[in-house]
Amino acid sequence: MTTLQIIAMILIGLAALFTLYRLLFGPTNADRIVSADALSLITAVCLIFLALYFDSVLYLDIALVYSILSFVGIIALARVIESKVKQDITNKGED
Amino acid sequence: MDYIGDIILLLGAVFVFLGAFGLLRMPDVYNRIQVGTKAVTLGAIGVIVGVALIHPEWWSKLLVILGFILLTSPVSSSAISKAFYRSGIVPWKKTDTKTTETKVNKDKKESSS
Repeated sequence: MTTLQIIAMILIGLAALFTLYRLLFGPTNADRIVSADALSLITAVCLIFLALYFDSVLYLDIALVYSILSFVGIIALARVIESKVKQDITNKGED
Repeated sequence: MDYIGDIILLLGAVFVFLGAFGLLRMPDVYNRIQVGTKAVTLGAIGVIVGVALIHPEWWSKLLVILGFILLTSPVSSSAISKAFYRSGIVPWKKTDTKTTETKVNKDKKESSS
């Protein structure tokens, strides 16, 4: 691990923390869904960094499977939102 | 080659960081979708290209991951934003929605009338 790689890992960790803050204290449920989408991509990037850190190709397979599963989950969530219109997810979106 | 890979890796990490920071700072759900998808996707591409320059023998799996992220990340964000707009979440009050008559908007008017 060189110094630049350690700095990059710290930046990725801070990004995951910011996204987790939005996931926990988001004002509406829509913000939580959006931050979950971003957090899945950041987790795939973290797995690629783990492959670099442990110097093994195995983590790249895990990153690929994780991104496939998160994509399917997000699409299913979008379908669920689109099917039930005017539920509790739709309020408080003005300011 | 390792130095170039490290620099591109750091650039990708900076883009991921800026995307997450924008997710924290943006005022609206739609702005958050935009910044949380575009900047984070560009950062992921940067990280993957950097790892491919550091370890050139991993190129096939990295290429598969890169193609998958490039194909699915815009699709998922567009599906989410369309679902939000159809379920009636109002955009931010400074967003100009009067002049843009989109297809979703027309569908909504026809279904309501």
